Amino acid sequence: MLPTDIRNPDYFHKVVDCQWACPAHTPVPEYIRLIAAERYADAYMINWRSNVFPGILGRTCDRPCEPACRRGRVEEEPVAICRLKRVAADYKGDITPLLPIAPEMRNGKRIALVGAGPASLTVARDLAAIGYHCVVYDRERRGGGMIRSQIPKFRLPEEVIDEEVGYVERLGVETRYNTPVDSLKALLDEGYDAVFVGSGAPRGRDLHIPGRKEAADNIHIGIDWLSSVSFGHITSVGKRVIVLGGGNTAMDCCRSARRLGGADVKVVVRSGFEEMKASPWEKEDAMREDIPILNFLVPKEFTHADGKLTGVVFEKVRAEYDAKGRRNLVPAGEPDIHIECDDVLVAVGQENAFPWIEAETGIEFDRWGLPLVDKVTFCSTNPKVFFGGDSAFGPKNIIWAVAHGHQAAISIDLFCNGEPLHERPPPDVALNSQKMGIHEWSYDNAVSNDHRFAVPHQEKALALADIKVEVELGFDDRLAFNEAQRCLNCDVQTVFTDSACIECDACVDICPVDCITFTRNGDEEDLRTRLNAPSQNLEQELYVSGPLKTGRVMVKDEDVCLHCGMCAERCPTGAWDMQRFLIDVAQAGSACSRH
Amino acid sequence: MTFLPKPKLHHPDLATNGLGYTRRDYEGAISTLCAGCGHDSISAAIVRACFQMDLPPHRIAKLSGIGCSSKTPTYFLGNSHGFNSVHGRMPSVLTGANLANRDLIYLGVSGDGDSASIGLGQFAHAMRRGVNMVYIVENNGVYGLTKGQFSATSDRGARSKRGIVNNDEAIDLVSMALLLGATYVGRSFSGDKAQLVPLIEGALAHRGAAFIDCISPCVAFNNHEGSTKSFDYVREHNEAVNFLDVITGRDEITVDYQPGTVEVVRQHDGSLLQLRKLAGDYNPHDRAEAISFLQHRHAAGEIVTGLLYVDPEAEDLHGYLKTAEKPFNAMTEAELCPGSAVLEKINAGLR
Repeated sequence: MLPTDIRNPDYFHKVVDCQWACPAHTPVPEYIRLIAAERYADAYMINWRSNVFPGILGRTCDRPCEPACRRGRVEEEPVAICRLKRVAADYKGDITPLLPIAPEMRNGKRIALVGAGPASLTVARDLAAIGYHCVVYDRERRGGGMIRSQIPKFRLPEEVIDEEVGYVERLGVETRYNTPVDSLKALLDEGYDAVFVGSGAPRGRDLHIPGRKEAADNIHIGIDWLSSVSFGHITSVGKRVIVLGGGNTAMDCCRSARRLGGADVKVVVRSGFEEMKASPWEKEDAMREDIPILNFLVPKEFTHADGKLTGVVFEKVRAEYDAKGRRNLVPAGEPDIHIECDDVLVAVGQENAFPWIEAETGIEFDRWGLPLVDKVTFCSTNPKVFFGGDSAFGPKNIIWAVAHGHQAAISIDLFCNGEPLHERPPPDVALNSQKMGIHEWSYDNAVSNDHRFAVPHQEKALALADIKVEVELGFDDRLAFNEAQRCLNCDVQTVFTDSACIECDACVDICPVDCITFTRNGDEEDLRTRLNAPSQNLEQELYVSGPLKTGRVMVKDEDVCLHCGMCAERCPTGAWDMQRFLIDVAQAGSACSRH
Repeated sequence: MTFLPKPKLHHPDLATNGLGYTRRDYEGAISTLCAGCGHDSISAAIVRACFQMDLPPHRIAKLSGIGCSSKTPTYFLGNSHGFNSVHGRMPSVLTGANLANRDLIYLGVSGDGDSASIGLGQFAHAMRRGVNMVYIVENNGVYGLTKGQFSATSDRGARSKRGIVNNDEAIDLVSMALLLGATYVGRSFSGDKAQLVPLIEGALAHRGAAFIDCISPCVAFNNHEGSTKSFDYVREHNEAVNFLDVITGRDEITVDYQPGTVEVVRQHDGSLLQLRKLAGDYNPHDRAEAISFLQHRHAAGEIVTGLLYVDPEAEDLHGYLKTAEKPFNAMTEAELCPGSAVLEKINAGLR
């Protein structure tokens, strides 16, 4: 193999698994260290810059970072990254002096943003701070979009939304709430320099099976029902409730129903329990509230009497896998079952809907009704119109919407300056030695042996009594510190200087996870068979040095490196050094403001 | 200065041996020697050898004297018996322990100061008596703990870090061990575990006095130009006579070599030493030839390494003395103190 080019920012970025997995590339280990140091405001600001909604995401994020966490590969569970984010938000104090202020002089460009959800608000924040005049439209009375309408208050209190949406609004963003946009053409005619569409995936999928019409009064579309609950239009539900669907919306539905009078709430899913789309922790939370999840049941018919719903008939199915490993649900051949209920909540998916976008705007759609959007620039087939969030590529989650928003903001900024959209600004990268003494580093390199700490919950009876009582209480400072100490500091990189190495083997001997090998060079496939420890995780890179004095090379498998710095502590010549790698993914205007 | 213990977390696919232990179970406390010390590599080699041979840690006794080398038993086999004795007196303490309990595996760890200076007499007698032990000298040619004076194994003409030339002739412990009757003699280099680990395994399996001289560069005081025990010098002048594979248990020999290039030696415990010959037709069973070979190669400026001599049929001290097989700690009071009548008898026999 050729020597690894560590000057390529992607190389070390990939080693920071959590940050690499995060769509917004939040510098996770950096803010976790700040939490351990009780510098909550600083930890919050790192998050705020990167993901705009730390308090919201710290409670609701889908956490793509956690399955990626290296700790999960050397121990049972990853670091509770998401809930640590909430700690930063909970204890930050007043951060208003740290927030950017909208420039007094605007740059004269006007941008319209459709929908006040996470994608639009991210675009607005990035652009307003560098002088754009942003106008946000939303049909609701307040900003937040699906964050406010679909996420139940027992998971995300209203004040958190108000606070973080407010930080964006106060950057000089013009809000036109209570103002649905019903024509894109009309909006474009108002002379905006660019339009960003972040209107989400607002239509809940229906279930067209017999009885749907007759029992309509007691059959509700999940996201519409959640939004009515959220805005206080619905305050009760029948005693026996069936929730159809296995995603996170279904979990929010069933748990909301438990709080509105549903004593006997069941979730029924077509697939197997394991394949459900809901995050494992959301399933756990639902089951903890005495909500059974019944699987392999396909709804066949709504039963009704006198125009009133009486229950649902289900067909029992089982999973069969074809030669290609694709799953088919086939009838199990058992008798259908009838489950009685008073209300049904249908949470079987969401769809995009753009009845307000006219063909003459030049925006083209694919056969699933999604706009044709460039995956890098988020530009649609109309060069002035950009999409992001669920409206661009279908339902995902908040952190993806934020990531889209940042990229769309960069594109809008480039577009307004007449620059090519595909030349993306490079990230800011810093790599600095953490050495303070022979055995001292400026990060805490001791590896904690603690297992993942659970977030304390509100007492069940109290939580179920009021839909506004938050279930998760969050870590206190002690738990937060201990959980933060579980972080392996994967951003503190092992940097190797081959010219300094005397091949004494000290690093090989001390490495607790056997990730360093000195051997003759070869191609990657061959090298992976000759390392000191099995090297099966092909997604993780090998760090290869140039030739050493004996003609061998140093090969380090990044897979399970604990970043404990033992190699560098035991290195007599400083060939190994622990260097903190900070990568700040570019945001709109960042290139101009820094240089 | 803080020394963190080595993190407990290990590679998820870390192998276990026949006893169900991982290699990590054979480690000790974290080393307090200088970073990069050759001794730490030897400790790691001992850990690996004991792990690979499925040795129960509690059946091993590690004994040492004084010096950097003699500190190392703390850094390996944390679950074994240990005895840090007086300077240069490891061999006699080990001999006593061995006589009291022959069931343990005895590992003596010493250095060039501990064995070639203050303990030279002790070293000599342990070898000639055939104490069943592995005697490892971690040989760096300097007194590291007292800041780098030449030791007795430092070569004539070698330069110290401060430029002073050594005028004294070096003691070659390998030649001495051969002369004194050691029955397993090897030399190796801390920077070459591929050679060192099997050499230690063979020694652990050997009955009788097994001696390994392991050159171990002192990174703080003896790894400079002009040193004859630096990483660079040893790598450049290393002349390995053979390459050893140790096969224990019922493992089959599967590797095919050119006829005449491999010799298989069966030791008393059934373990097989598979010797791949590297230097012509070097014969590791001829003591006199070995001594002469060493002298010639030394004169040519080479450092001969490998398994230099082995007598697979060797006896040990217990055999010579016809001692009881049972360890003292397993004997009853009646066995240990047979009474005044027996004493009378013994005394009468001596009159």
